[in-house]
This record gives sequence, structure tokens and C-alpha cells, in this order.
Amino acid sequence: MTIELSEFYQTFFDEASEHLAEMESLLLGLNIDAPDFDELNAVFRAAHSIKGGSGMFGFNEMVEVTHILETLLDRIRKGELRINEAMVDAFLQAADIIKGQIAARQGGDSIEQSQVDCICNTLQQLSDDGPAIASAVPSPSESAASPAAAFLEIRVLREGSPLAEPAPCDWLVDNLGGLGQLEVVDPGEEPGKPAFLKLSQSASVDAIKEVFAAFVRPEQVEISHTAPAVPVSTPDEEAGYGFFTTPEEAKSAAEKAQLENEQGFGFFTGTVSEPTAAKSAVEKSVQEGTKAGSVELFEKDTKPPHQRGPKTEDRPIQKGASAANADTSIRVNIDKVDQLINLVGELVITQAMLAQTASEVDPMLHEKLHNGIGLLERSTRDLQEAVMSIRMMPMSFVFSRFPRMVRDIAGKLKKEVNFKTQGEATELDKGVIEKITDPLTHLVRNSLDHGIEAPDVRVQKGKDPKGNLILRAFHQGGNVVIEVQDDGAGLNREKILAKARERGLPVSDGMAEQEVWQLILAPGFSTADVVTDVSGRGVGMDVVKKNIESLSGRIEIESYQGLGTKMTIRLPLTLAILDGLSLRVGAETFIIPLTAIIESIQPKAEDVKTVAGQGEVVQVRGEYLPLTALYRVFNIRSRIRRPQEGTLMIVEADGVKAALLVDELLGQHQVVIKSLETNYRKVPGISGATIMGDGRVALILDVTGLVRMSKEQGGAVFSNWQDDEEDTQEASTTVNNCRQPEDDRKEDEQATLDKAIQAHSRWKMRLMDILGGHGEKLNCSEVAKDNVCDLGKWIYGRGEKYAKLPTYRQLKDLHAKFHRCAADVVRKHEAGDAKAASTMMASGGSFDEASKATIGLLMKLKAELDSVTNFTKRSSDESVSNVGYSNRRYASQT
Amino acid sequence: MAKTILAVDDSVSIRKMVNFTLKSAGYEVIEATDGQEGLEKAKSSMVNLVLTDQNMPRMDGLTLIKSLRGLPQYATVPILMLTTESSDAMKAQGRAAGATGWMVKPFDPQKLLEVIKKVIA
Repeated sequence: MTIELSEFYQTFFDEASEHLAEMESLLLGLNIDAPDFDELNAVFRAAHSIKGGSGMFGFNEMVEVTHILETLLDRIRKGELRINEAMVDAFLQAADIIKGQIAARQGGDSIEQSQVDCICNTLQQLSDDGPAIASAVPSPSESAASPAAAFLEIRVLREGSPLAEPAPCDWLVDNLGGLGQLEVVDPGEEPGKPAFLKLSQSASVDAIKEVFAAFVRPEQVEISHTAPAVPVSTPDEEAGYGFFTTPEEAKSAAEKAQLENEQGFGFFTGTVSEPTAAKSAVEKSVQEGTKAGSVELFEKDTKPPHQRGPKTEDRPIQKGASAANADTSIRVNIDKVDQLINLVGELVITQAMLAQTASEVDPMLHEKLHNGIGLLERSTRDLQEAVMSIRMMPMSFVFSRFPRMVRDIAGKLKKEVNFKTQGEATELDKGVIEKITDPLTHLVRNSLDHGIEAPDVRVQKGKDPKGNLILRAFHQGGNVVIEVQDDGAGLNREKILAKARERGLPVSDGMAEQEVWQLILAPGFSTADVVTDVSGRGVGMDVVKKNIESLSGRIEIESYQGLGTKMTIRLPLTLAILDGLSLRVGAETFIIPLTAIIESIQPKAEDVKTVAGQGEVVQVRGEYLPLTALYRVFNIRSRIRRPQEGTLMIVEADGVKAALLVDELLGQHQVVIKSLETNYRKVPGISGATIMGDGRVALILDVTGLVRMSKEQGGAVFSNWQDDEEDTQEASTTVNNCRQPEDDRKEDEQATLDKAIQAHSRWKMRLMDILGGHGEKLNCSEVAKDNVCDLGKWIYGRGEKYAKLPTYRQLKDLHAKFHRCAADVVRKHEAGDAKAASTMMASGGSFDEASKATIGLLMKLKAELDSVTNFTKRSSDESVSNVGYSNRRYASQT
Repeated sequence: MAKTILAVDDSVSIRKMVNFTLKSAGYEVIEATDGQEGLEKAKSSMVNLVLTDQNMPRMDGLTLIKSLRGLPQYATVPILMLTTESSDAMKAQGRAAGATGWMVKPFDPQKLLEVIKKVIA
């Protein structure tokens, strides 16, 4: 039976990655001058674990690196070597290499052997050259683990020699201490008793004698070796294990030990047969449940003195399902979570509808129903919050990568930076976290590259040579706010304006500060004189802006020349729910996100002015804001066409304000956002859709888009929308009925043609009945007339206007022929010529042919009239299915 | 009746692998992530064999072995220590702590089963 290990590879990779992340974080936080022992130990253990696992799964290339890493770390934690910056760099590099090896194993590119060799050599070098710590104090080591080292024993009689005095002895001790680890077992104060010293074997006998030579003759110093302490077992300790007791046993034990070492395992209870004795003993005791005879008392708990302290738990980096948290968390596929959130969203909508319906029912009569609905609402909201929180993760997931990055970049740029983070525990939706990392990285790089100055420059300016960079995250009013702040040079207004002019952007010297800063977010904009490999290519900031906007967020810039810059990113807490204000335009309901609204006003006619070439503007508190009428933007029929008749919503996006004209405000709602894009397509000015309590669809306004457009073209936005008119029309009129007088007539025509098709199809039936002898009595001459039936009336009446259409003319002729044929059939029947009559009726017969042709033409005409006059579709069922909203369950509006 | 083995190791991947190996050989398996947890689990339900790593947080392998041997019901239950080195010192400590035997890491899962068979059915 072979055990397939590959299933466990991924678990190992995840585990190793977590260990590497922890190592990195610990190394970055280490105080080189006074390293904390627990931290050193933790780094060692992380490396040790990775080595163990990689060995287990056969990843030898990782074993190679981790082995040297571990060895060096072991020496450091034992106090044999002092750690320095070069070592930390090497450790970080080694961690990168191992990361790469893991990636390679997962299918990525493989690491070049030269890189591996390089880091191994570096580590080895550091180990060989490293500053050894010659300590008179025994280095901290796990007393249980260190094998008893060999010592030199030094005995010297102090009496009668210069060493009798204390001073020379102190000197002696100092100097001997420099040769190795010294232990003064007996200071030799008692007369006749020599001083007894133990010195680690690293010292050479000659060197020792030389030290003593100042005071005593060489032969007065007795130096001997102690034999290494060998674990000798006595028959008393364990039954039947005689390792070193007799030479023979020792030999066979040694041979057995050799064999054991080769095979990789061994037993302490003697030969292989012994385990069976142990087996039966165990079975016996288990079965009998008796206490074993001699209970072996264990030695005093020699706890390894440096266990991992509680400090490890305080680290902000979450370990997820790591060893420590194995009992308290499980890994769940994110698709499952998304599905859960979707279902809960639907539940919220349904519950809202129920609540709406319930409110129309007499509360007195149906008290229990109302109570139930109320409880349901609370439970649903709680459920929603709980489910949303599953996707929430702390900012530390984003922040964790920055310490290393800042260190590396600052090093490259030869700048000194104090990097701080605040609010790592602030929670954010996982989807948002994934998308915010790149923009934040860019902002941090900018601060490091363009913001914070070189140390000497800073000193010249009277600043601390070390610059400060802070990443802050916190909640504020339903949003998450992330700030990147530096105390560097700040943005240069003149440079930015100059660059903007160069690129032909509309600027003026008196531009508001916020607007000047926002210029740097334009595509291709960069005031960097030199493009470094870190930043300066000008492809960053506009992408940052786009990324943030795609998260429904905003970016604000604050900067003071010489003092520093602060970039603020505001994001909604979650992507799925929105706090909004509902408003009405015509018969349409729209939602505006609360965060975009500044205020709403009822303007006076005199406050509204028309600016030539720019459309309408409205004066609000001394400011002139561009005015956009939503009914025009979306082509909605509304009775309110002038600002003073309706309400103006003052909104803000990108630091720019605008006024939107709406009919009236309805109320505040928390709505579940449904994507318009996935159900229909992207529509300018609309960022999403939602289903209101009454089952109707409301469109969510894209304020940024509207503001941008109103700024560019003034108030008369709709002229630019002609191309999209159809879309906006469909989008907005599908749920409503936008009828005009002409439509009625058109619909009647449609109805007439439909009826005609039906009626003329029935003729065949009627005639068959007559031929069968049980039909109605028909008058031939009446039947022959082609202007009696409804269609005939239409053809000679309202249909006249289509006289120019060839189809119409054809229909007229054919229709007449049809009636003549029908009359013929009746006549023949009345004349008793049944055979002739049936021939005409039969397939291929004159009547049959005429009938088919007529109906075919009728359909053709109907289709032609459809396209020529652009019939608006009447039934909203039809139109809803066109647009594809998923509100099939809800009553449609007709 | 199936024998139960307690596997103590702070590495998730190794634990999973050992668990799988033992289960496929017909043993019941109880897992623990460190010595402390291992001791608690051993106390709450009797096992037929203990496999333990050495380097673990909270309580290491040697301490666990000693603690187990201090419990009357675990005086003679086979305990195998999994160790990354097979030095004399390590062996000495293991024996002193009361381990039944040792096995060096990394090991072949097949070999683990063979070794276990020598001490329990």
C-alpha cells in the first residue's frame, strides 16, 4: 500500500507560507541591538517547522535552504552569535527564496539554482564570520537539550604563589574568560585546596598555560580533559535495557544502535522482541484496568526555559486555520459565502415586500401578522449583518505587506523612514480588501519616492532626517476611511499647474486647491523629472482613481508645501448594500447614495441662470453650480421642467459639486444593490439597480458620472445622450407606460390586423361546416364583397394611408380575390356541386391558395407597419423580459 | 476493536498526513497540536499508542511524555517520539523521559506503520 502524499502538499504550502510570513514580520520587528529572546526563538522555530515539513514531503531544495537558515538561527538564539543587519537581510532573502520554491512547486517558474546557491553561501559566510559572543555567562540554552560538552579542567594551587592575592586572580579570570566559557568551580580559598576551574574545550592548552605563565610555572597548572558525559543507564532505571552496562551488551547495544540509526528508528526496551512484551503488558493493563506495578516517577519538570510566550497571540497577523487556531476556524470557499450573501439579499427584498403588503392591511384586525412581520424584519436584518460580517476581514491583511515593502524601497532610495500603521483591526469586505491593495501600494510608493525627502535634504529644511509615513484606517459614518500620510515635501502647486498647461488641460491660476490636486489623478500625469523604477511613469494615479471608483469610493488629497501630503480614501463598508435617498422623476424612481448628497433645496427662479454655451447654472450660497435636469438626461416625461417647480439635489463627486433637478424626494432606504451590468448592460449615469418594497425597480444614480458630464457640457447634457437614447429609454420606460395619443391609434391598427388574420383563418372552417351541411346560411353576394369585413373596412378606410406600400396594394387585390373565392364555394354548394366546392377548398384548390396568400400578406404588412411607425411595445411583461431584470416574480406595471 | 493512536505535532500538514496514513491502516486517530492539548486528550480518552513530535509550543514532546508516564493508566502505553535528530543526547533524554522508542523525521509513512506494528497490533 503506497500512501499518496500529494494531497497534503497544499496544506504544507499554506502552512509554510504562514510560517514565512511570521518569520518576516518577526525579523522586521527585531531590535538588532537587543533582540528579544522569545522572538529569536520564534523565528528559529518557524524555520525549523518549514524544514521538517519540506523534509517530510520530499522538497529537498527547501530543505537545503532551511537547513542552513535554521543552523544559523539556532546559533543566534543560543547566544553563540550576535545578530546584525546583514543577517536579517540574508534571512529575509532566504524567506523570499523559499517563497519562490513553494510557488515553483505549485506550478510557477522554478528558482534558479544559482540564486539558491547564492543565499546558501551568504548564510554560511555569515555563520563563519559572524561575531561570536564570548561570554563569561553561560549562554541561554535548553538545559535538557544541550549535550554535555567536553571541558578542560584546570587545577592550580594558589597558596604560595602570586595567585594567593585576589587582584591577579581577577585578571586571570578575565583573560581565561576570553579563551572560552569559564566556570569557577572552586576558587581555591581553602588552604591546601587547589582552585578548580572549568574551561570550554575551545581553548587550547598552550594558550591557557600562557595566561598562567605570568604568575606560576607551567608545571604548577594542572590541565586535564573531562570525558564527555555519556548517558549511562543503570539497570535500576529501566527494566532490561542494558546499553552501556557490560561491554558485550554495550557492543550489541552499539551494533543495535548502529542498525537503528541506519533504519531510522529504535526502541529503548531492548530487542525487537521486547516490544511484544510491552504490547502484552499494555493490553493486560488496559484490559484489567489495573495500575501498573512500578510507576516511574519522572524528573522534575525541566521545562525548556524559552517557550513561546503569550506575546505571539498579540501579533496582528491572523493565522487563519493555523495550528493555534485549528479549533476555532474553518476554511470556506468564497463562492459559498457569496451565494449565501446573495440569498440573504433576496430574502431582504422579499421581506420588504411582505412588510409593504402588510402595511396595507388593517393592523387592528391582523395584529399577529404585523407582529410577525416586525420580528421577521429584525431577524432578517440581523441575519444580513451576520452574513456580511463573514466577508469582513481586518485591514491587517492589507497592511501586513507594507513594513517589508517600505523597508526595501526606503533602502533602495537611501531614505530613512519611520513607518507606522494604525487601525489594523478595522474591518473591510474581502472583495474590497483585494482591490484596495494595489492603489494603496501605489500611494505608499509615491510618498516614499516623491514625498519624503532624502535625509540630508530634510536636515537642511530643519526636519528630522527620518521621515514619517503613516497608514491609518478607521470607520466613519458607514464608510471605511484609509489615510496615507507623510511629512515630506508636499505637492508642488506650480509644477502641477505647469504640467497641466503643457498637456492642454484647462487650468487657471486661481483654481481651488482641491481641484489642483485632483489634476494629478489625470491619465498620464506626472511631474517627476526622472522616471525611477519605483514610480514616476505617470501610469499610476489615474488607475488608482479608477480602482477606487470601481469600489464606489472616493479619493481626497490634502497637501501643504514643505509639510507633507495626506491621501484619503473613502470606501463604502460593503459593496452589496447602499444607504440611499429615493426620489421621483416623472413616473420613475431613482436612488442616490447618501454619501454623495450634500443637501437638497427648492430653488427660486431668479437663482437659475443660463450661461451661454454651458447650459443652466444655479446659485447656491454664492457658488454657481452646473444644473442637470434628470428628466432630460433620461428622457422621462415629467410635469416638472423648471427648477423652481421641483427639488434640486446638491451632490458632490471628485471634489466637484453639481445640482440635479428632480421632481421630489421620497424617502431614505437601505437597498440591496443589484448589478445592472450583469443583467442588462452598462448604462451611463446609472450604477446599479434595486427592487423596492412595492416590487418596482429603481435605478441607482451614478453621481460621479452625472457630475462629470454636467461639468463638461453644462446643463444641457441630453444632447450628448442621443446615441444612448434608446438604451436609457428602454431602461427607464420598461417598467412604466409612456403612452402618447398617437400610440393608441397605432395599437388599434395592430389589433385590427391581428383580428383580421384570425378572422380570415376562420373562413375555411366556416366554409367546411357549410359543405358539411351544418353551417350557417351565407349570402353569396355578401360574401363576395371585400369591403364588409373589418379588414375590408380598414383597407378602404384608415389603411388608405399606406396606399404607397406595395404590400398594401397586393393585399387589397388578394383580399378581394379571397372573398370572390369564398362566395364561389358557397354558390357551388348551393348549386349542389359539392365536388367542385370541395376541390376549391382542398389543398391546392383556388380558395385554399387564396386563403394562404391573404393571411401571409397580412402578416407581412403587419411587420412592415411595425418598423415604419415604430410601435412602442405595450405590455411591460414583454419589455421586462427584453431588459432581463430578475423581477419575474413581481407584478409588472402596465 | 480498532486501536486508537494519539498523534501530537504542531504542523498541520504533517498531522494530516499521519492521520491519513494511520486511518488507512485501520487505526482510529486523535490529533493534538501541542503537548498540552495532547495531555488533555489523552486524559479524557484512553489511547493505545502515542506519537509525539518534540518541538511544540506550550508543552514540548519530552514534557508530554514525562507527564503521560506520570498517569497510572499511561505507565506502559507505547509512546514513540518523533525527532529531527537521533543524537545520543536526544535518545538519552527520550529514554529518561519514558519513551518506548523513537523515530527520526522525516520518515516514510509506510515505515511509520511498520514501526507502530511492532508495538501494537
